[in-house]
Amino acid sequence: MDNAALKERILSLVPDAEYQENKQFLTFIIPPAKMHDLALKLISEADLSFDYLFCLTGVDMVKFLEVVYHLESTTHRHQLVLKVRTGDRENGAVDTVCDVWKTAEFHEREVYDLLGIRFANHPDLRRIFLDENWKGYPFRKDYTDEVNIVEL
Amino acid sequence: MKEIINLPVKNVEEEEYHINMGPQHPSTHGVLRLVVSLQGEIVQNLKPHCGYIHRGIEKMCEKDTYPQIIHLTDRMDYFSAHINNNAVCMLVEKALEVDVPERVTYIRTIIDELTRINSHQLWWCSFGMDLGGLTCFFYGLRDREKILDIFEESFGSRLLHSYYTPGGLMMDVHPNFQKNVKAFIKYFRKKIKDYDDILSGNVIMQERTKGIGILTREDAISYGVTGPSARASGYSCDVRKHHPYGLYDKVEFREILGTAGDTFERYMMRMQEMRESMNIIEQLIDNIPAGDHTAKMKAVLKLPAGEYYQRVETARGELGVYVVSDGNKTPFRIKFRSPSFSNLSVLDHITRGCKIADLVAIGASMDYVIPDIDR
Repeated sequence: MDNAALKERILSLVPDAEYQENKQFLTFIIPPAKMHDLALKLISEADLSFDYLFCLTGVDMVKFLEVVYHLESTTHRHQLVLKVRTGDRENGAVDTVCDVWKTAEFHEREVYDLLGIRFANHPDLRRIFLDENWKGYPFRKDYTDEVNIVEL
Repeated sequence: MKEIINLPVKNVEEEEYHINMGPQHPSTHGVLRLVVSLQGEIVQNLKPHCGYIHRGIEKMCEKDTYPQIIHLTDRMDYFSAHINNNAVCMLVEKALEVDVPERVTYIRTIIDELTRINSHQLWWCSFGMDLGGLTCFFYGLRDREKILDIFEESFGSRLLHSYYTPGGLMMDVHPNFQKNVKAFIKYFRKKIKDYDDILSGNVIMQERTKGIGILTREDAISYGVTGPSARASGYSCDVRKHHPYGLYDKVEFREILGTAGDTFERYMMRMQEMRESMNIIEQLIDNIPAGDHTAKMKAVLKLPAGEYYQRVETARGELGVYVVSDGNKTPFRIKFRSPSFSNLSVLDHITRGCKIADLVAIGASMDYVIPDIDR
């Protein structure tokens, strides 16, 4: 499916998805409550079949935290980028997609560990790299650590 | 007379117990800790504990300029150092809309393939060693030395090269480069036959790897497994074929695909990939055009605000670099989607029900590089 058709298709599935200009990928901002339902449709419907989540990451955009999903279909080879935003920095949660794409389990743990975005219904949401009793989330823009980060 | 104490005898066959594999176990090839639940010697489940070598490279990059970031990418998957460099370089070149000279693209493609052979050689020798064949280790290292010598002659370093820069190469290759690469290929075509003779056809090795640790194509896609480990399951995921970069759309090469998805198939994938890489190099080595070794670049590289993504095929699978730029000389956020991290996530799934000794063989066939997992 080419990007124009794909755009129509996504907007018919989630009418309040916000289209974002991006040179490389077709990009949408999805309301957090609709992400999980959309993920199930993206993988199961034959004309979409986005079965390969090739990157899942988080970004601290200062005003909000963002989870970015890079998707590809191994049958149709079309690509799509979805973003989910949470304005609540302390308790904001996004539904997990690791029941849809298994690779998300590790990647969501990484995002939780380093950016502090919680994933609701994740089976094993623990820190993956840092120690369990580490304070704070290092990849946030407001994170300070006088011992471990050397300012030059 | 001393009283005989009757200790309760536990039936180890029935009781589940845990053992730690790593962080200092030789078969993990680095500081990876696997907590394995066993019943008898059957693996019930396995929990990887990562982070022993987590350096926060992505956070460090937020303070670095793009040419500086190149040096940090070497330190992720250090056996694919050049290919990691290439990912960042191509991302910057794409964002700045710079055309690199043809000579650079040729040299980069050749060196990427030499890197792949180099990495697979090291994988082969440690695979043999993990299964108890120490001879492999010496054979592999002996031949790997030839590639390192070529690298050293051209750019001075043997492991962490940082040879590519945005726009081109740090310096031109040594005048002997073409001659030495051709000599190496002639040499290695003979030696790779020894590899097959000594290990691939070995009965003990085949008994220990065939039918062990089977990964299905569906699971490979779902877990995001890439590289030779996924292609052994018949999953066509070669970035060089599906999203060509460099000269991969101009050279002829086969994407090696398997069917069985077991440990032996993953082994055979890499053996064939080494041959395929040599075919790629042979098509290019005589045709390197003359010219400059770098494009004209500004002193300070500022990426226009926006998002960029670049995928490359490293020796272990797909490396993705995702950059969010706010128009400054440093990235606002950079993410490295490393192949080993996704490949590790499937280990629990494919080792369930196998024996603890098989875990070593499966781990060796997945070819993890720990700094690439932790970053």
